[in-house]
Amino acid sequence: METTFDYGPVDEILSRYDLSERSAIAILQDIQEHYNYLPREIFPKVANAIGIGEARLYGVATFYENFSLEPKGKYVIRCCDGTACHVRGSQPILDKLREELGLSESKHTTDDLKFTVETVSCLGACGLAPAMTVNGIVHASMTPEKAMEIVEKLRKEDETA
Amino acid sequence: MTKLDTRLALDQLRESCEKAFAAEKRKILVCGGTGCVSGGSLQIFERLKELMEEHHVPVEVELQKDPHQDVVGLKKSGCHGFCEMGPLIRIEPEGWLYTKVKLEDCEEILESTIIKGECIDRLAYRQNGEIYRRQADIPFYKKQTRLVLEHCGHINATSIYEYLAIGGYRAFEKALFDMQPEDIIQEITESNLRGRGGGGFQTGKKWASARVQKENPKYIVCNGDEGDPGAFMDRSVMEGDPNKMLEGMMIAGIAVGAQEGFIYVRAEYPLAVERLRIAIEQANALGLLGDHILGSDFSFQIHINRGAGAFVCGEGSALTASIEGKRGMPRVKPPRTVEHGLFEKPTVLNNVETYANVPMIIQNGSAWYKSIGPENSPGTKAFALTGTINNTGLIEVPMGTTLREVIFDIGGGMRGNTDFKAVQIGGPSGGCLTAKELDIPLDFDSLKKVGAMIGSGGLVVMDTKTCMVEVARFFMHFTQNESCGKCVPCREGTKRMLEILERIVDGKGRDGDIELLLELADTISHTALCGLGKSAPSPVVSTIRNFRSEYEAHIYDKKCPAGVCAKLRTFVINPELCKGCSKCARNCPVNAISGELRKPFTIDQDVCIKCGTCMSNCPFHAISTEA
Repeated sequence: METTFDYGPVDEILSRYDLSERSAIAILQDIQEHYNYLPREIFPKVANAIGIGEARLYGVATFYENFSLEPKGKYVIRCCDGTACHVRGSQPILDKLREELGLSESKHTTDDLKFTVETVSCLGACGLAPAMTVNGIVHASMTPEKAMEIVEKLRKEDETA
Repeated sequence: MTKLDTRLALDQLRESCEKAFAAEKRKILVCGGTGCVSGGSLQIFERLKELMEEHHVPVEVELQKDPHQDVVGLKKSGCHGFCEMGPLIRIEPEGWLYTKVKLEDCEEILESTIIKGECIDRLAYRQNGEIYRRQADIPFYKKQTRLVLEHCGHINATSIYEYLAIGGYRAFEKALFDMQPEDIIQEITESNLRGRGGGGFQTGKKWASARVQKENPKYIVCNGDEGDPGAFMDRSVMEGDPNKMLEGMMIAGIAVGAQEGFIYVRAEYPLAVERLRIAIEQANALGLLGDHILGSDFSFQIHINRGAGAFVCGEGSALTASIEGKRGMPRVKPPRTVEHGLFEKPTVLNNVETYANVPMIIQNGSAWYKSIGPENSPGTKAFALTGTINNTGLIEVPMGTTLREVIFDIGGGMRGNTDFKAVQIGGPSGGCLTAKELDIPLDFDSLKKVGAMIGSGGLVVMDTKTCMVEVARFFMHFTQNESCGKCVPCREGTKRMLEILERIVDGKGRDGDIELLLELADTISHTALCGLGKSAPSPVVSTIRNFRSEYEAHIYDKKCPAGVCAKLRTFVINPELCKGCSKCARNCPVNAISGELRKPFTIDQDVCIKCGTCMSNCPFHAISTEA
């Protein structure tokens, strides 16, 4: 490693928990919330702190879909592909977003780390299908056009920020 | 908040809450559920508050001990289940419901409704030209029996005081002081309450077997990992009436002799986590959770565990593994969860809706409970009604109500001018039912007979424009993606089934594919390790049984009768609408389109790869598809 990793935030997160295996998921969730993903440097540190093997912790991180080992974009767009959304046409929205942002089923984040597009199995907002979220905020009754408007808005917001 | 250390103190507090609650004659309940929040309900709430303060209307957001005599309560409620019409505002005491409220409507609401007490008909719900002012009169609500969801949308979901004001924690109090643990289990057993998470196992039996386990400590676990796509009943209960579920868990704690409870909530429900956290904090502050609750020997604590996105964690042993901080993979049973559950200790695991039923049963008795619904499946069931129908949302009906009543009376029939084709029930573990099964009563046993299941209660209605093979592929893709990989039948079997379904919808289906799918389905359902794997083939089997001709059309005729499957569609240019601009020809990746400028173009079907680029780019909407 060329640069040394700052473990300050990790130490702070660890200090909030009972240091045992049962806290593993909650600790990883907090770390991901802080960094936006799980940096590889945290694994030996956290595994050691809660007294389990590094491989075991890595196994937990790769098992759950919400954990990402790669940095995510500034704007994380999650398209719901639950049954209700699917029946009401969520696929064209996802296709359009991927096309516009140059992403695919295997490439979720743009190279400039601005946008991440993912699917989510069900947001439980089925009455508003199709739904998607942008950084956790739910947008209801989407169409490909509305999704494009949102992307445009986010781009502008990003430029002025 | 001061800690309550006796039963009397709780009763006194409840009485003062009841008084304060009754003093708010006029209440404005702004829906704070996920759906309405996405429509801007929180801004509407803030705006109303501002306006009321500006106009010196005595407004109260929290219950006060000595309220102003003309006080107007402004509250953020939980989900009403009618998300599509949101943002929703309920007006008490009249019980009016305002739909699709916008920020601009706030001033009129203040002037007309809050100050003058008039109903704004413009915001009332309309159906077939008729205006329905009162929420209870709207056809969507009229045919429902809301017991579990009774208070969702009618109280402030972040105030334990309001929960107390409507009789909250009375059942807990009764269970703690007036009943022996055996009596509680007896009452629940007699009520024949069956698990609302899908299996329909008798709750009383489960509690009784956990109670007799010799090992200690014992745990109470609540499954709030509502992973079935198209289901959101539990989300609404956790968001709208979180205390009800906590009360149910606490009663379970007394019954089986547990001191700790865990709620496992999926990560996709941040608002539910937030509401539960508030409810637990308040219950702790009042001493309803903690050590020696209300001066008794009973101590109980509840923790929240957030899921991290794994459908399989809805399975009992996977869920407990996840709480333990491990990969959420199921294990071989027996031993059952009641013997070796969380941290290998005896554990009662029920879902949100099951726990929410418990306080009512303890309070009103099992005889009352059994008077609702059929004998073998008493009580009500909440369903998430979605798909191509007019009224989508969360509903609650007595068990045994027919699908026809649910879809056509409550759901208001099909959306647009389409015809009913099928309803998918029970999510990726369930099956689909067709028009001839519309009169089957919705209860555990009747559905089992026709090869479907209630599951957690998702009902997705599909019209004739839905391709059933595509639906089967969708569910198989879902379960394949969510398969944890521990057992071979599920890991490999669902993959092979998905491959076959994918080639069928791609127009590459082969003779014998249907038989192969059924054979794989049979093997998987007999040999997979957990419920997720065992039930994974159900959507395929039930669509083959009911719509075999559709599969055959895909495989042998290379046609999708519903016109959905992209690779089986034929793209055609309507010569009447085509202006000959050549945009389609320029965008076609395989040069399948040709023609003369300013004259209608044509598509060479032998070259066309059916990508649809031409259709999405045509400025004149001249390109369409044919089945």
